[in-house]
Amino acid sequence: MDIFAKVKEMIVEQLGVEEEEVKKETAFKDLNADSLDIVELVMAMEEEFDLEISDEQVEKIKTVGDVIQYLEANV
Amino acid sequence: MMSKTCIITGASRGIGREIALTLADQGMNIVINYLGSQARAEETAAEVESRGGQALVVRGDVADFGESEKLIKACIDKFNRVDILINNAGITRDSLIMRMKEEDWDKVISTNLKGVFNCSRAAVRFMIKQKGGRIINIASVVGLTGNPGQANYAAAKAGIIGFTKALAKEVASRGILVNAVAPGYIQTEMTEALPVESKEKILKHIPLGRLGQPADIAEMVKFLSMEASYITGQVMVVDGGLTM
Repeated sequence: MDIFAKVKEMIVEQLGVEEEEVKKETAFKDLNADSLDIVELVMAMEEEFDLEISDEQVEKIKTVGDVIQYLEANV
Repeated sequence: MMSKTCIITGASRGIGREIALTLADQGMNIVINYLGSQARAEETAAEVESRGGQALVVRGDVADFGESEKLIKACIDKFNRVDILINNAGITRDSLIMRMKEEDWDKVISTNLKGVFNCSRAAVRFMIKQKGGRIINIASVVGLTGNPGQANYAAAKAGIIGFTKALAKEVASRGILVNAVAPGYIQTEMTEALPVESKEKILKHIPLGRLGQPADIAEMVKFLSMEASYITGQVMVVDGGLTM
């Protein structure tokens, strides 16, 4: 499974941004994601990848790459 | 126009039932939650349908996290959305603190306060996806003023007010409005249990000179459910002037 492609798709849907804006080094704050957006994204990812992401992990997530890295290590 | 869908906890009787009927008059789909009185919940449902709303009756204890999730899910399964959640279910277990059993404290806090958390938590994710919704919590003037013999009830109702404001701030950016209604003394089975002399004493302190009726509360809930698009995080006191 291409995790990056899936995550990109989810971010585009949730945040209503363009696909080209979502790169691994992109920070979520630059996508104008607020705290509720992040919670919603995390919940959607937990469902999609069937895992739990703890609040401590969520706090460490700053960029799209951070998410990919976490998912690749835990899926 | 598509019918709005509303969940009311504790809707088989009293204020909850009156809210169900009032909103049914507006053509809403009504999910009637109850715990004990099935026959009366079904009677409320029949009345809702006779007024042109669709009704769904769901038994469930709001004090139970899982049952609360199932309640919200049942609404989504049937109506595909939840526009309005009215956290109304409540109980009393009155006694003076010195005599209050631990169980009486726990039960009232679980149903009246945790129940509001349980149902709101389950509903809010659907409302966020819909980018809108209303949550109306039925508090009490007792949560503002206190009342001897009701420390558990007063604590739960004051807790609801804090919860209402916190949630209102969390979800305002998604177009979800969260408010509380604080009824004074409303004529229901719950206040029927009060001793006669205490009722007369209360009456003396109500400037409008009468106990409230469930319809007085339902009017406010209707306003907060359907209009009031610039009000959130507020406590609307409906008490005939008792606490001013």
